[in-house]
Parts: sequence; C-alpha cells; structure tokens
Amino acid sequence: MTKKYDQLTINAAGREVPCEINGKKAIPYQGVGQYKPEGKKYGPSIPSCADYPADGNKLVGSLREALVKCGLKDGMTISTHHHFRDGDLLANQIFDIAHDLGIRDLVWAPSASFPCHEHLIQYLEDGTISRIEGSMNGPLGRFTSQGRMKGMAVLRSHGGRYQAIQDGDLKIDITVIGAACADPFGNANGLFGTSTSGSIGFALADSQYADRVIVVTDNLIPFPCVPWQIQGNYVDCTVLMDQIGIPEKIVSGTTQITKSPDRLLIAELTARFCEATGIIHEGFSFQSGAGGTSLAVGDFFHQIMKEKGIRARFARGGSNLYLVKMLEEGYIDYILDGQTFDLHGVKSMADNPRHVATSPFTSYNYHGKGNFAGMVDVAILGATEIDLNFNANVVTHSDGYLLHGIGGWQNCLFSKTVILPIPLFRDRIPIIVDQVTTLCGPGELIDVIVTERGIAINPLREDLLTAVEGKGLPIRTINELYEEAVALCGKPEKPEFEDEIVAVVKWVDGTLLDSIRRVRE
Amino acid sequence: MKIVTAGNYGGRIRSDCQVMIEPTRQGGIEIELVSKVKALYGRGMIAQIQRAMDHFTIQNARVSLHDSGALPWVIDARLEAAVRQLSDVKDELLSPLAYPGSAPSTRDRRRCSRLYLPGNSPSLMINAYLHRPDGLILDLEDAVAPDKKPEARMLVRNALRSLNFGHSEKMVRINQGAVGIDDLNWIVPHGVDLILLPKCESPDAVIAVDEKIRQLCQTYEIDREIWIMPIIESALGIERAYAIATATHSVVAMAIGLEDFTADLGVVRTPEGAESLYARHALVNACKAAGIQAIDSVFSDVEDMEGLKANVLKSKSLGFDGMGCIHPRQIRVIQEGFAPTAEEIEKAKRIVLAFMEARKKGLGVVALGSKMIDPPVVKRAERVIGQAVQQGLLPDNWHLTME
Repeated sequence: MTKKYDQLTINAAGREVPCEINGKKAIPYQGVGQYKPEGKKYGPSIPSCADYPADGNKLVGSLREALVKCGLKDGMTISTHHHFRDGDLLANQIFDIAHDLGIRDLVWAPSASFPCHEHLIQYLEDGTISRIEGSMNGPLGRFTSQGRMKGMAVLRSHGGRYQAIQDGDLKIDITVIGAACADPFGNANGLFGTSTSGSIGFALADSQYADRVIVVTDNLIPFPCVPWQIQGNYVDCTVLMDQIGIPEKIVSGTTQITKSPDRLLIAELTARFCEATGIIHEGFSFQSGAGGTSLAVGDFFHQIMKEKGIRARFARGGSNLYLVKMLEEGYIDYILDGQTFDLHGVKSMADNPRHVATSPFTSYNYHGKGNFAGMVDVAILGATEIDLNFNANVVTHSDGYLLHGIGGWQNCLFSKTVILPIPLFRDRIPIIVDQVTTLCGPGELIDVIVTERGIAINPLREDLLTAVEGKGLPIRTINELYEEAVALCGKPEKPEFEDEIVAVVKWVDGTLLDSIRRVRE
Repeated sequence: MKIVTAGNYGGRIRSDCQVMIEPTRQGGIEIELVSKVKALYGRGMIAQIQRAMDHFTIQNARVSLHDSGALPWVIDARLEAAVRQLSDVKDELLSPLAYPGSAPSTRDRRRCSRLYLPGNSPSLMINAYLHRPDGLILDLEDAVAPDKKPEARMLVRNALRSLNFGHSEKMVRINQGAVGIDDLNWIVPHGVDLILLPKCESPDAVIAVDEKIRQLCQTYEIDREIWIMPIIESALGIERAYAIATATHSVVAMAIGLEDFTADLGVVRTPEGAESLYARHALVNACKAAGIQAIDSVFSDVEDMEGLKANVLKSKSLGFDGMGCIHPRQIRVIQEGFAPTAEEIEKAKRIVLAFMEARKKGLGVVALGSKMIDPPVVKRAERVIGQAVQQGLLPDNWHLTME
C-alpha cells in the first residue's frame, strides 16, 4: 500500500504541503506564473481502425459489458463528469458494477461531485474506491475531512483538471461520458434529448487522453450526431441506457435572481462599482456564475447597459435565461459557454450560432498557448473565506470541513478584474478572516470584495482606487471590514485540526498550493 | 422544578437562539450548546452563558442554548427573558452600547420611509439600516405574537443599544394602553428617538405616553427629545385627529392605519381607497394645521411594485409626507415617489432664485418673467428645494452653481 504522503515542505505561499502524494512526487507551489513545466504532453497508446467495427457501430449491450470490454481492473482510474449535476445516474452505477465484479482500489476522477454521490461512500469504505481526484462536495467532503478516505484526496480546478490529464499527472484508464445525444460511432453532444446539459466540454480532455472511452446516452440517433462536442474517433464503445440523468436535477443550479434585499444590495453595489470604474464599457466582457447574487449582478449589468447603450463583446457562462435574454436583445455579441444552467441556455446553444460551447481547454488550461480566462474584463466569483491579504478559500468552511470543489474559480482569477460579492457575515459566520483556513487563490489575483457594508479594493490595484474617487461608493479597507465583522460577531476561534493531511489543493499549473487536515471531532 | 424557555429555534429561523433553563439544587451550571457556529464561538458562548448566570446569581441550573447564529446581544436578551420567567429579577442584563453618542433626532427631520421590523425577529434587524430608510421601527405591537411580547421587550431594548441604525431614526411601536406604558420602561432609557402609539383615539393617550417619557427621562437623566407619532386607526380617532396632533409638543408626525380603520368602518379596503378618502384628507388636514408630518398607511403587497408606486403618487398628491414600509424593497419606491420631480425642482429653483434676487435689490414684489409670485408660492418652492437637498437631488450650495 502506497503512503498517502511523505515529508512536508513550505511552498511559496508559506503553506505546508507534502513532497510526495499517493506515491508520486509533487511540486510545491512556486508563485503565480513561476513554475515552468518541461517535457512532453501525455500520449495515449496508438489505436488502429482495424480493431474497431468498419461500419462504425460500437454499441455494446450494457454499461457493465462496456466496462468489462475496456478491461476494468484493480487500481484503475475511472473518470466521470458533472454535466448532469445532482441528477447524475452514471457514476454511482459504474461503481455498483465495479463492486459487483469485486474490483478494488479504484481512483475516481470526477470533474465535480454532487450530493447524489453520497452513495459512493460505502465503496470508499469497503475499498472498491481508494481515493477521489477532482472535487468532494457535501457528504464526500465531510467524509474526507474526517480522515476516512484511504488515499490522499486531490482537489483541482476545471482548468487544472485539463492540465493534469494533458500533462500526464492524472492518467485516466477508463472514462465514461454521459451525453444527452449520441450516435453508435460515439459522436456526442448535450443538446438534444431528455438529459440535456448543453455543453459536455468537461469530458474533452478525457476523450482525448484516456486509454478507454465509453459514451453512454439515453437518446441514440443514427450517425451523424452533430455538433460532435465529443468526437467518435476517440471512443471505444457506446452504450444505450433507459435514463442517464434526472432532468429536473440537471438544472439544479440556482436559476432565479435572488429576492433577498441584502443580496440584491450587494449585487447592485457590484454593478455600480463596475459602472463607476469603467469596467462596463463598449466591447467589454464578463463572467458570472449561477448563484442568485451572481444572476442579480448580471441583471444590474443588463440595466446599466440598456441605459447607456453599451454592448459586451462576449460573456462567459454559466448560461441561463438572463444571459440568453441579453444575447437575444443584442447586448452581448457572443456567449462562450462552459456549462449550461437551465433549459433556456440549452435551447439557445442548440439554435443560436453566437452561443458557443467551450471546454476547459479553450477557457482555462494553464499549460496551453494562452486561454480565454485572461481576456475577460471582469469575473464575478464567490468564496467561503477571504483574508486580510485578499487570499481566498472556496473549498472548506470556517468550521474546517471540506464542502465544495474548486470548479473554474481558480482559473477565473486570471481575468482582468476579479470581484467577490459576498456578505460580510451571515448568521454570525464571518467571511473576512485574519487567515484563510485553506488557500485556494493567492490574494494578488483578487481585486475587489463587495459586501453590504462596503467595498474593499486590493491595494495592488491603484488604478481602481483612483477610478472610484469621488464616485460616492462606500470604499473601505479590508481591515476596516474585518474589524466591523469582529465587532458585530466577536472574534472567531479557529477550527481544530489533527496533523494528518487528508487532501491537497492544486494550483492551476499542477503545483501544490495547500493541504487540508483532518478535522478534530 | 419548572423549565423555562425563551427565544426561537428550528425550521427556517436564523440569527436567533432558544434558551432553556431548568433550575437544579446542586451541580453548578451545566451547559448544553447546540450551534452551527460552535467551532467559531463555542467557548465564547459558554462564557457568555456563565456570565449571565453569575449576573443573576443563579448557582445551579441546566442551561441549554440552541443557536442558529445569534449575535451576542440577541443571546443576552434570550438568557434574560428565560431568567425572568423564573423570578422577578430587578436587574437587567444590558448589552453594550455599540454606537454611543449618536445624535438626537430633530422635530423636522425627514420621516418619509420608515421600515417596520418585527420586534422578536433579530434576523430581519441586523442589516435593515443598510437599505437606508428614514426610520427603523422595532415593533412591539402587532408583529409580535401575544405570548412573545415579554421577551420581545428585551430583544428590542438590546437592539436599541447594540444594533447599527446608520442614518435611520430609532423608532419603537409600543402596545396600546397600560402595556404600552410599561413598554416605555424598557426602551426610553436606551436611545430611542421616537415612539409610535398605535390605535390612538384620544389626546389623553398621547399625554399619558408623554408624561411617562418625561418621568423616565428625569429618572435616567436623559436630555434628548423623544418624539411621538400617534397612529390613527379608527373613525373616532379621525374625528379627534387635530386634538391628538396637538396634544403635546412632542408629537412630530401622525400616521393613518387603514387595515384597522376600514375594519372599524365595516368596509373592505380597496386598492383605489375610495372608502378611506375622507379619513386620509382629514388626517392630512389635521397634520398640516398642527404643523406636523402626515404619514400614510403601509402598502401590504410586497411583490406589487407598480401598485405601490401608484399608491405613493396618490398619497403625495393628497399631501402626505411619507409612508410606512413592510419590506426593504419598498423603501426606494417610496423615497423616489415622494421626492420632488426634476420638473418640480427646476421650477422651485427659478422661484427661489427670483425671490433672492428681488430681496437683494430690496424689491417687495417678486416676479418671474411676467408673473407675480405670492409668498405662499415661494414657501412651497423653498420646501421643494429643502426636500431635494435633503435627498441629495440638489447640492447644498445649488444657488452658487446656477448659471
């Protein structure tokens, strides 16, 4: 049995990280843009058409048959994707089958996990799965924080996942790609059928680099399935199932603008900040997420753009009804969509050539010749904690438990201005703290914190500090905000941890940014 | 022995807590703490409970605190409310004065938008000032269930001491009659600016409140003015509106409550409000005659912003100066609706400038173009300018920046 980790070192962010994880050497974080990889990208073995049906029909009878055909065995790394969010029916079945076959020590490499995957805890306990590389949400996060996972859990961003697969840090033996629509050859997309998810771009890296690729659909159509978001030429076999996702849970992200007056206030302040600083200008670009506050920010952007007659060149989604409306009314030229949050987004992507499906390769991969993230004028993101140096945490809560994945958050930090609209505290839980429990994003990349009690600008952004002068915005220092929170809520105690490291947080370049320790219970 | 409880916990309740105390004969203070912020404030909360027990000299008891993120002043109020059910303690457990030295309010300050906050619901209080209403009303009357009235007093008192009111006037709506007079004991010493007196039907009710306030101010050596806003909610109240408005010097505004008023009349309250038109006219007239602000009834559909806006414009045209709010999102609609329009401001500026010009030249008669302007017109224009400056629609020195 390989050791979870060995020997610790201090990285460039001052955080203690292992030199080796799960039996492999690890590189400590060296600073933003400092680590330069060497060598070649990972290359899967060369296939031959001679080994595949000449008529292109790769259908096999069942998921079980496909997994067996692909050589499922002990110790393999199996990947899945979160296009179906909390309505995913595939990941659990894969490991039910593996368990049934008596296979052990698998590594699960999901692009994200959801509460529905609590089902897998039994397999983490009985040894069917040894560890998760990807994200651990909700119950799986708690399980990890309790030190119950056999191997070391690894957290990566969406872009970091592409990087890791491309660079060979994360070698995938079998990937199972669920798609709303596919043909027997394996061409697939998320646009048509009952389990529509819009883009299925999170599976791109897996299709390109995994040794074996299985496409599963509940809507099989005759060749050709277009557009082929996933190309059949990468696919080993295809499977038709009755149902691969629960439609109403696929669009489980928050799809309504918040009605909370406090959150609306924060969203409005965020939009006013962007207006006052000239971030909202002709031809600008923005990214915003799916939460109720993010949607409200987008809606306030829309109002400002209407009033001033401003058009955005592109918006990065998370698409949803509101973004689609802006596209259709001509306030956005293009939506570059990484994941689609509601059926309006799905329909728009299918019908509108200006609503384009993207992947973590185009948007986020740090080991590429550039990516889209840096071109975005403003990214509106969230956080569970922010410290006085603007460092932020998105994975653990203030009680120390791992509860969220990184998503595209780290990658979006490279946009020109990063704004975190967050309440200063909620039900006595403060967001601004003296030190983050887990470091997920270095403060030098985080520019503005907007709270209901004022806006703090990173002192590194002298341009923004100048731009807001005389604009009547409630500008305060982050220390002032912190002190106000302490005055109202009290100075929080620190959660208590054991020494044991249970998970590591990777930076976008594959280096180790921080470690997560077992919570003392 | 009897077990007492105070506060709220469970379901969708947030930023509150429930305290249970069971007195025991021995074993000291045993504390059970259930809280989602236990990892962050657990030790502090246990120390706070211990301090409260020491304060009330309780030596043996089982105390349990079920918490959903209550701030310290809320926890104190709940602890005290529980202890008071055990015995009639004299001593209060006062939360710290978080914003000492806040300026007293003035007779003529703007009271256009006032947000009602249920007096026993801390979660709604904490961020209320951020929505910038002219006043925040901590309600001890209809928004508090009868069995929760005693504990609401302590919560409201601690809120007056510890809550940030920003630029909003600190208001409390007390209960009617003797209970209301007793309410004053809990709030007058703690920084309240204005008392709302509900279902007021006679000048005597106002005088009783005023006298009690004076008495308490003397006892506690308070020299700030505490104003009174009677709410008229019955046919009899309307008939006596002027007498109520002039009952004491401390009455600075008077409001109408149409739900109770229409019930008293035995009619249905309609959006058009024909059934209450007389009462609204009468109330405005009494207020203007008494030189105080006239405040219209709340608009109860918080989703219907268009309806609210129409209602506000109607209200403004009748002569009202403001309206109560029952949801933060109503505040801006009300403030903007009552604010003078750009056209009104422009016209007022020209009138006031012409008046200043005439005075400078020593002219007794003011003319704007070919029109003579009477003093009441100037007075109204000055009022509009005053409102515009107060609401930030015009700079203070507007006349210097004019061409």
